Amino acid sequence: MSHHDEVSRRGLLKGAAGMALLAGIGAPAIVRAQTDAIRIGHLTPRTGFLGPLGEYAVMAIDLAAEEINAGGGVMGRKIELLKEDSVNPQTASTKAERMFERDNVTCILGEISSASCLTIAQVAQRNKKIFINTGGNSDALRGNDCKKYMFHVEAQNSMYVKSVGRSFLRDGLVNGKNWYSLTADYAFGHDLLKVAKRFMEGNGGKFAGDDLIPTDATDFSSYLLKIRNAKPDLVVLNLAGNQITNFLKQYAEFGLKFPVGGFGFDTALAWAAGKGNFVGTWPVVWHHLIDTAGSKAFVAAFTKKYGKPPENQAWGDYMALKIMAQSMNELKTTDSTKIVEHLEKGAKFDILKTREGYFRAQDHQLMQEMYAITALPADQIKNQWDIFTSSAAVPGPNESLEVIASTKDEATCNFGS
Amino acid sequence: MSTMLFAQQILNGLLDGVYYLLIALGLSLIFSLGGIVNLAHGAFFAIGAYLTLVISPYVGFGGSLVLSPVAVALFGILIERFLFRRFYRSDPILSLLLTFGLAMVAEQALRMIFGAPPLSYSIPPWLRGQVFIGDFVYSFYRTVLLGVAASCVLALWFLLHKTAFGRVVRAGVQNPDMVGALGISLEPYMATVAAIGIGLAGLAGVLLAPIYSVHPAMGAEIITPAFVVVVIGGLGSFWGVVVAALLVGLVKGLMIAIGYSAASTAAIYLLMLIVLLVRPRGLFGERITRFE
Repeated sequence: MSHHDEVSRRGLLKGAAGMALLAGIGAPAIVRAQTDAIRIGHLTPRTGFLGPLGEYAVMAIDLAAEEINAGGGVMGRKIELLKEDSVNPQTASTKAERMFERDNVTCILGEISSASCLTIAQVAQRNKKIFINTGGNSDALRGNDCKKYMFHVEAQNSMYVKSVGRSFLRDGLVNGKNWYSLTADYAFGHDLLKVAKRFMEGNGGKFAGDDLIPTDATDFSSYLLKIRNAKPDLVVLNLAGNQITNFLKQYAEFGLKFPVGGFGFDTALAWAAGKGNFVGTWPVVWHHLIDTAGSKAFVAAFTKKYGKPPENQAWGDYMALKIMAQSMNELKTTDSTKIVEHLEKGAKFDILKTREGYFRAQDHQLMQEMYAITALPADQIKNQWDIFTSSAAVPGPNESLEVIASTKDEATCNFGS
Repeated sequence: MSTMLFAQQILNGLLDGVYYLLIALGLSLIFSLGGIVNLAHGAFFAIGAYLTLVISPYVGFGGSLVLSPVAVALFGILIERFLFRRFYRSDPILSLLLTFGLAMVAEQALRMIFGAPPLSYSIPPWLRGQVFIGDFVYSFYRTVLLGVAASCVLALWFLLHKTAFGRVVRAGVQNPDMVGALGISLEPYMATVAAIGIGLAGLAGVLLAPIYSVHPAMGAEIITPAFVVVVIGGLGSFWGVVVAALLVGLVKGLMIAIGYSAASTAAIYLLMLIVLLVRPRGLFGERITRFE
């Protein structure tokens, strides 16, 4: 018995050695399987004042990757996401460099801050790899700062201004009217103010007042007193993030009744302001009530996975990954330069709206429909999410998608040549 | 600009300062007595706001106004007992690191529990509306807020300056060793002071939840101006902090009133710089031997 015992012990040792050997051989196979996956970088602010939107971006890109992989991946290979908090423009640039140079990602998607978009795009351009901007609005990114390897799923400020501007024009709030504007005192706000002012003056409106708001301001009472005194026909916000929520809550608190609107918006801010506080008319690139089969499927899948509907930032990151996957599958390559050519030729994509979208060759902006949403009166609100109604898609079905985008005079892009 | 609007802006600026006051008084107390710069103070403010969202469906806003600050204060006692207490006599840089870390842990914990997107919370119906005094309009809620804050400040002043408890605390600020030599243990006093200071931050969170956006980083937003108030007011001075808070609110409001809103935040820091140049210990700062 003891003899057998020893043999089996020896056998056990051999077995263990064999296992180790197998594992040793197996390990490279696993590594190969990993490099076989198509790596895609995702950078977006997950902390700070844009963090709340970044969280939606991350949820959505996870969902997109899951769906793509479940449907057979890209050219039979799985998609592997590398996701990081971009924090600020400097950190975003460092992380983008590491993703391209060390982690070998095929492209980077994401971002919300226009300033970080620019630093990531510079790195992408150096590496000749695609960067798809999913949340930076500034026209300058599509103008002076445009890059051959940068594409924009997010709409530009001009598109936001011109689409909601139609609602203001229809409601007679522009010609001969006085606007009071509050503008975030950084690149995004300044860019938006410039575009908004061009629109207002071009249509016969003028400013009753115009204040720059420091980015860390949380209390708007002083501004509310000024607005009340100025009696404007329209209060216009060129703000972003929590500042819009704070403003709306305090606007309701002070009982001011002037029409409100803005030129940049995210539905998460409407939800945060909540019933009774959320007022006005705002532009969005997408919202969860759009009546198309694609949007409904996306909203259902997102709600099933996360227990709440997606907001517009979720749409941006979801679409960017779907567009990249589709392009790679169609071209049978992950080569960025070839994909750039493909996109510049005007490849069309189902972007969950009524009309298909395409990237404009002159500045790589996704041409697409926009929407203006208007707050519902409190007594018509049935739940915490569906608190607004939407305009029809802008531009209308018989117009070119380009009519709301910046013209070549308004933003000139020559791709650094 | 009309004089009326100008007067409104001055008054509004002063009232604005009161919000900082609730936070700054706690900060100042904890620093004066324990030598701890509590960077986590803003986190307690955020916790107070989130607690209101959680419990007000059950106890109402009024109930939350009482319960949330008490809960935050109890939490403060735990933090004092198990964390702050180890650092009273050590290098201030250590407690700075501790509270900085604590602030990040708290913010991230809120993010993990409640998610990063801001949550909606409104003024309860019985506190909505506006007050009109002549041409002056003000939010009814803010007048209530002001009343609550002012009563807390007065109660705290009474506690610190008119009771035996307050005498020991003030003696402890000046010379803890002498207090010890007299046979008085400062430990229970420190715990109480931390509970009061942190509870006030929680109260500010409850009061501001209906009018500010409730999100995980809201504590970080309010902590910097509160520190500026403490520095301008001067350590160890109760009224110094009060005057500084009003002054900060006033300067900010005036900058906005005269059309230099972009510089309204910068003006606060400029004010701090000027005060420090002229009076290095702050407006009414006392000479505290161990901090010299």
